[in-house]
Amino acid sequence: MAKTPVTFTLNDAEAALFVDPGAALVDVLRRGAGDLTPKQGCAQGTCGACTVLIDGVPHLSCLTLAETVQGRHVETTSGLAGGPDLHPLQKAFIEGFAAQCGFCTSGMLMAAKSLLDQTPDPTRDQVIEAISGNLCRCTGYEPIVDAILTAAAEMQGRPAQQGVR
Amino acid sequence: MVEVQTCQTMAEAAASLGEGARYLGGGTIVMRQVNYGDQSFHRIVRALQPERGVRGDVQGLRIGAGTTMADLLASSEVRFLHPVARQIGGPAIRNMATLGGNLFAQNPYGDLAVALLALDAQVVMSGGQAQPMERFLAERGHLRGLVEAVSLPRPQPGTFYFRKVSRVKPKGVSVMSLAGCLRSGDPRVVFGNMGPAPTRARAAERALAGGLSEAAISAACSVCTEGLAPADDALASAWYRREVAAVHLRRMLDSGASD
Ligand SMILES: Cc1cc2nc3c(=O)[nH]c(=O)nc-3n(C[C@H](O)[C@H](O)[C@H](O)COP(=O)(O)OP(=O)(O)OC[C@H]3O[C@@H](n4cnc5c(N)ncnc54)[C@H](O)[C@@H]3O)c2cc1C
Ligand code: FES
Ligand code: FES
Repeated sequence: MAKTPVTFTLNDAEAALFVDPGAALVDVLRRGAGDLTPKQGCAQGTCGACTVLIDGVPHLSCLTLAETVQGRHVETTSGLAGGPDLHPLQKAFIEGFAAQCGFCTSGMLMAAKSLLDQTPDPTRDQVIEAISGNLCRCTGYEPIVDAILTAAAEMQGRPAQQGVR
Repeated sequence: MVEVQTCQTMAEAAASLGEGARYLGGGTIVMRQVNYGDQSFHRIVRALQPERGVRGDVQGLRIGAGTTMADLLASSEVRFLHPVARQIGGPAIRNMATLGGNLFAQNPYGDLAVALLALDAQVVMSGGQAQPMERFLAERGHLRGLVEAVSLPRPQPGTFYFRKVSRVKPKGVSVMSLAGCLRSGDPRVVFGNMGPAPTRARAAERALAGGLSEAAISAACSVCTEGLAPADDALASAWYRREVAAVHLRRMLDSGASD
């Protein structure tokens, strides 16, 4: 069956790919664009591991028909770091042991990035709400919530508050 | 593998449906079916310009089928629907899930459809013809054409109630959901996930027709499962759903209107 051409911005670069009809964005990012940061956990919208930002807001790339991103801006975890410098969220995740097996991490990071882009100084409840579509089987969530609050504080130029529960 | 057909307008998309075709709204249900190899369709039809957004005039409100839950949350015209939209899925789902798709969502989904039935919405098809939500829900399995929008009267302030019962918070699907439009004289009480489609609890409506006195609320609670046909699923048994329906109706009424 004929493939469909799709062009979009992937992080800071232009991507032009031929996609299979009916292909989900997560497959096209991983197999077509070679960006392995979005993970496919469930392929049915429940785990959030495939979360990417489309035009700045979180979408599940497993439920996104790839050709619908024509002309749009897709952000993945591989665009977070600026060269060798990790994004404050990535640093906080490492330092706060917010990643164990790491399977949920890139989805968590993208959900958190979208939150901090819109709400630079979120409350704990806002963080919990922002990652409510992302499952983690390892950490019990607390280190992830703490890491996001720590990154927010650092990006605001404040010392991180410890144990803000 | 499925074939994808991209149309400009909803009218064009409606015209190109047919045997083995499925319309793609936000895709949160359809793409799941594609990923899991659903054999009931082999062609996806999508429209580049579905009607999207909320428009209000003196008559009431019109909400395009392509309006997402996040769009509803960004519209001050439909503040009364915010508690409904906010409780659907997580943030990513809300950025994708459309009103049109919610009208067709099977249990345990369809929380917005529950609210729209209580609000006496009319479903406007792409050909322009409109029908009440109740008839639409009865016929939605074998409907021809596409939904363009819904239109509804603005509820009087303080009359719209909503409650979603779920086991996981903040994100979890409904054990049941309830909505009420409790104007005196002709109130609506609707249950979701208590039958194959959102259903009006007519006996409870009659009990509340005279207002929300304590006696009327007790009477409504005692008859609220009349005519409902809940099923067993992974979240709860039909027996449990019947047992707790009255508790949740009372809690919804006690907690006050959501607008
Ligand atoms: C993780 C997860 C959590 C969810 N949580 C909830 C929840 O809490 N509450 C809830 O109600 N739902 C929930 N859903 C279900 C779903 O996301 C919503 O019901 C959503 O509104 C469906 O809309 P959609 O645009 O994604 O539908 P689609 O998948 O695009 O379409 C669904 C069906 O509707 C048909 N359709 C869509 N638009 C039209 C139209 N304009 N005219 C005619 N037919 C149309 C399609 O052909 C298809 O059969 C959840 C889904 C997931 C994956
Ligand atoms: S893989 Fe997309 S939500 Fe699980
Ligand atoms: S770190 Fe393993 S799933 Fe979250």
